[in-house]
Amino acid sequence: MITITVIDRENVPHALETPIDMGLNLMELCKSYELPVLGTCGGMALCASCHVYVRSAHTLHEPSEDELNMLDSAFFVRENSRLGCQIKINTADLDGLEVELAPE
Amino acid sequence: MQNTIETDILIIGAGPVGLFTVFEAGLLKMRCHLMDALPQPGGQLTEIYPKKPIYDIPGYPSVLAGDLVQNLMKQIEPFGPGFTMGERAETLEKQADGKFLVTGSRGTKHLASAIFIAGGLGSFEPRKPPIANIEQYEDHGVEYFVRDPEMYRGKKIVIAGGGDSALDWTIYLAELTQELTLVHRRTEFRGALDSVEKVMELAEKGKIKLVTNAQVIGLQGDKELDGVSIEHDTEGIIHVAADHFIPLFGLTPKLGPIADWGVTIQNGAVEVNTLDYSTNVPGIYAIGDINTYPGKLKLILCGFHEATLACQSAFKYMFPDKKLSFKYTTVTGIEGLPAPVV
Repeated sequence: MITITVIDRENVPHALETPIDMGLNLMELCKSYELPVLGTCGGMALCASCHVYVRSAHTLHEPSEDELNMLDSAFFVRENSRLGCQIKINTADLDGLEVELAPE
Repeated sequence: MQNTIETDILIIGAGPVGLFTVFEAGLLKMRCHLMDALPQPGGQLTEIYPKKPIYDIPGYPSVLAGDLVQNLMKQIEPFGPGFTMGERAETLEKQADGKFLVTGSRGTKHLASAIFIAGGLGSFEPRKPPIANIEQYEDHGVEYFVRDPEMYRGKKIVIAGGGDSALDWTIYLAELTQELTLVHRRTEFRGALDSVEKVMELAEKGKIKLVTNAQVIGLQGDKELDGVSIEHDTEGIIHVAADHFIPLFGLTPKLGPIADWGVTIQNGAVEVNTLDYSTNVPGIYAIGDINTYPGKLKLILCGFHEATLACQSAFKYMFPDKKLSFKYTTVTGIEGLPAPVV
């Protein structure tokens, strides 16, 4: 188990314990803890409802073409924007990852 | 005035689950009519990932999403479903005789004994930029689609976005307009390379104004739009005169008007009873990705199962006095429905 901190839109941090061998992504993790992330498209990088800002210095895998395309038509996008559904929780290196939910 | 379309079951959403409903309803001699905001059947399978293989359709080790839709269309052909495509279901009114009247966004009226909401992610609507007063200018200078390019002839327009549709319309409308400004949040464009080159060329020749690293943040005008404010990352706020503002940021699925149909909504999905996938409104069912219940999985194969059970329940709801006998297609084959009497 590792811990990922998600800061919600009211600026409240939530430390979420998560396994790394369940094939979860960050959007699914947020939903499983009932944080206000819709994940409308089910994880296909199509709706940006799981848009987050990565606040810690972790190195994540490069965004795919689909993710970049989606971020290009999303709003409130910053340098550290990612789609939660594209962040796979599959390595202990992500322990301590801190992300913030982008505005809806 | 247009004639009202009459059917047994009106299916909202022509995705895989909506299409398969026609088959299961047809086995029980119930007629179906499908309605979808998209112009072609298949829902997200056709619109978003027609070339992606799906691996969890029983009996198909792998099937392309587009092929699955074609197969479903073939499978339901004997039951002669009707289609109202490119039209979003807007309002639902219960009639005195218990039937439902559903009116589409272009005014088409449908009268049905039962409603199956198979709307998937919802209907695809344009992504609206977060500008406080944008809605007050809709149809007064702000358009999310280019419907009639001629309306921009000789006008001053601002297009926002960096994808293919922003680039393509910039190239097309540059010829017609008096002044065209393209605003994009970044320097790079993600559209097709030759479109990007053409836009750069138009900008160099002074045919369009290209403002990158910038976003439209404000709209002005007394009732009708007459200007936009653009915030540039380093140069601050720029004001541009504009008769039209066309934000092109793609489509996003929204639950849409069905949220107002009286069915219980939970976290953006329609709550159903897993006995028969009925909603809290008798005669209205919700199947596929749009419904929710404990243990819900958003899978096409689960949607097929839901459609099948909901059809049995809808039959009992519509014909409480008729006896329902369950038959295997291996025993009885497929008996199509006769063409409707017009």
